[in-house]
Amino acid sequence: MKRLLALAVSGLALAAAPALAQDVTITNARLVLGDGSEPIAGGTVVVQAGKVVYAGPEARTGQGNAAVIDARGAWVTPGLFATVTTLGLADVSAVDESNDITAGGTPFSAALDAATAINPTSQHILVHKAAGITRAATATLPSGSIFAGQGAIIDLDGDAQPVVQARAFQMINLGEGGAAEAGGSRAAAHALLRAALREAQALVGKNAIPQTTAIDKGDAVLLSRFDAEALVPVVTGRQKLYVAVDRMADIRAVLALKQEYPKLDLVLVGATEGWLVASDIAAAGVPVIANGLVDLPETFEQLGATQSNAGRLARAGVKVAINASTMQNPRRLQQVAGNLVALTRMPGATGMEWGRAFAAISSVPAEISGMGGKAGVLKPGALGDVVIWTGDPLEVGSVPTRVFIDGREQDLTNHQTRLRDRYIDLDESDRPKAYDW
Amino acid sequence: MSADTPWRGRAALLATLVGALALSACATTGSAGDTASASGGAKEEGKLVAKRESEGVFPSTYKPYPNVATAIRGATVYDGKGGVIEGGVVFMAGGKIVAMGGPDTPIPADIAVFEGKGKFVTPGIIDIHSHLGDYPSPGVEAHADGNEATAPTTPEVWAEHSVWPQDPGFSRALANGGVTALQILPGSANLMGGRSVTLKNVPSRTMQGMKFPGAPYSLKMACGENPKRVYGSRGRMPSTRMGNLAVNRETWLAAIDYANDKDAKRDLGKETLVGVLKGEILIQNHCYRADEMALVLDMAKEMGYRVAAFHHAVEAYKIGDLLRDNGVCSAIWADWYGFKMESYDGILENAAFLQREGACVVIHSDDANDIQRLNQEAAKAQAAGLRLGIDIPDATVIQWITLNAAKAMGIDRMTGSLEIGKMADVVLWNGDPLSVYSRPEKVWIDGALMFDALNPKMRPVSDFELGQPGEGDVK
Repeated sequence: MKRLLALAVSGLALAAAPALAQDVTITNARLVLGDGSEPIAGGTVVVQAGKVVYAGPEARTGQGNAAVIDARGAWVTPGLFATVTTLGLADVSAVDESNDITAGGTPFSAALDAATAINPTSQHILVHKAAGITRAATATLPSGSIFAGQGAIIDLDGDAQPVVQARAFQMINLGEGGAAEAGGSRAAAHALLRAALREAQALVGKNAIPQTTAIDKGDAVLLSRFDAEALVPVVTGRQKLYVAVDRMADIRAVLALKQEYPKLDLVLVGATEGWLVASDIAAAGVPVIANGLVDLPETFEQLGATQSNAGRLARAGVKVAINASTMQNPRRLQQVAGNLVALTRMPGATGMEWGRAFAAISSVPAEISGMGGKAGVLKPGALGDVVIWTGDPLEVGSVPTRVFIDGREQDLTNHQTRLRDRYIDLDESDRPKAYDW
Repeated sequence: MSADTPWRGRAALLATLVGALALSACATTGSAGDTASASGGAKEEGKLVAKRESEGVFPSTYKPYPNVATAIRGATVYDGKGGVIEGGVVFMAGGKIVAMGGPDTPIPADIAVFEGKGKFVTPGIIDIHSHLGDYPSPGVEAHADGNEATAPTTPEVWAEHSVWPQDPGFSRALANGGVTALQILPGSANLMGGRSVTLKNVPSRTMQGMKFPGAPYSLKMACGENPKRVYGSRGRMPSTRMGNLAVNRETWLAAIDYANDKDAKRDLGKETLVGVLKGEILIQNHCYRADEMALVLDMAKEMGYRVAAFHHAVEAYKIGDLLRDNGVCSAIWADWYGFKMESYDGILENAAFLQREGACVVIHSDDANDIQRLNQEAAKAQAAGLRLGIDIPDATVIQWITLNAAKAMGIDRMTGSLEIGKMADVVLWNGDPLSVYSRPEKVWIDGALMFDALNPKMRPVSDFELGQPGEGDVK
């Protein structure tokens, strides 16, 4: 059940009767709470009515007819929280027909709402659920303007209601990418941002009566009046503004926006050179969804790239989550977090201790996404998203054996597991493989 | 970003480079190597004759760097060919492996000895599929030198002529990945993308200073979506998979005619193709789908050449028997899937299923980031097998990223395993290399210490990084 079900999906709620949330108790776990603490040996987690009612060291039993699972010492964690992703927005990214991530031909930008396009049974959602990710921030990407549109928080249970919170954040790019979208320079991107926010400001309190005309150039619409309306929650601080930037100077320019627009609820995304301005970011209280292992000057805005970025930001007091969008696919979150632990053993490098690294892919991204205490953490009142693993969840090769979302055990079957089962051997002596299913 | 994105390489027509090659490269055929009427490579009075390839063109200038006799003792040693020695000794001197064995292996006095207790030793990691230098960082348009995407077959281009040795990616692969040798391939926009070059992963002012002495060339070929999209979208052949095969076969037939024509004028592309047909140049074939790999194997039999490895090969697990019987390696990722149509059926068990069939597995990167973690990618693929009861020993998994890669690149007599007399390309890891928590502590190439995590001055810094934020930082 989606306790946090938001505005946009009320219509969807009619489509399917919500399945009953289940109760489950897992005992004898190597229990990870997700809050940054180290694992607890012999831990127990109790989920009732889809919510965590207890997670901790003592062995307690569930109530009522709760299923009790003896984890036999296995690692048990909250579901991972992936941010920022495009899960549910494309079947095959290079197959245009299946791809809703970008829309270069639309006149809209900030008004785009990812929640309207999520496919809950996308194989990417099913594959990533099987990798232990139970919640994700998913967003369209900038393609005709600096504004990507409004991202959604989703769950990965594959049911009819994937959207946990629609329009959770607006995302923009103010680096090289944004410069290109705005017409060719960072100055153009900043001018467009300010023009857009000014228009939005003008609409505040006026029942969204259109006051603006489009900002366009040639055939391209950089900001329509509908986009300006969509930015009202941003300028009033009711909707988070995720800003993708990497260069030290660009980060400073983003932090300075707070002086002009004090209500902006800023989150930095990427922030490859964030370590160079870590104290400024910390002082501004702006969280960072940081690139984890980016260590190459792939662009001129990433010259200072180092794998120690996330660790140095965290050490400076910045709230740091690991950015899922710069990895091959978000199921590598665990591997990236594990690598940050590896850095703690390397002279001169700054990594994260195990508990902090795990939190950077669970509770911290949930907090940044407005789901603090609800997702990515096992504590009373949190959503009953629980994963039992084959081994250390930050170790390469570890995968979930069982996944619960809202207390309900999940079917982990997907296209990949079906192919795996079919090709467990190559025996076609009786019939072709097509009959083997 | 993967270089499996041929559009990244919209390089301008390199007319001047092609022109220069026409004057300097030479035949491998031994019969058609003349630019003028002179024969046998001898310079007749008044005639202009280019050097033959066999006389050495663009020769390697790499020499092992000074090294001191060094031993590592007490470590877990994976030899790269499937063996493991607990508490083992590896002794290198003069750039070669001189001795290795159990704890009682004698170590001469007065040499450098590293205590390896709790640590692990492997051969240098080898990446069979990299575009470092050809698609260097920063990845700006001016650096996109990996695809000569102006004709569907360009066997005349050589990847080594695009390599920028100042690519910072080389040092990341060394320091974080323990990579000591790598094959730089042209991209996959073309059916025949050009020759590869195998490099020693040493910093150098020139490509020649990295070029692996004695390594054979390979020809990069590509199946499937990329060539047909790149050229089909321009309204020219190939626009279909059947077009791909037709263009390939016509090109091979022309090369056979060329080889049989004693009077043919020199042709750089055909010299490469004839090198393949003679078995002197290997084939590295980008190919995702099982059915297409089967077609390529039949085309190779029709024309009379061998495929060394299918690269990417996400569906190799569907034809592990066929690949085993044909002696072809599969160079694959552990977990890439679903980013393009022909990768839709990627599964984590690909490597394990191939191993189960007795087929050759190589884990490759095709990526400036993944090349820093080939050990971790291999471990992922191993774990997927174990969950199904396919128990592949750690030492075998290390072989996927060492000796198997070397074999498919034709350098296995020189490197890829820790055997007496081979190049002392060695990595000392600070823990189990199949764990996410381990990193290279020291890396030797031909016995010379080229990276030491304990010494900041032993981190290579490319020219590009000097005076930039983070110069000399841990990366």
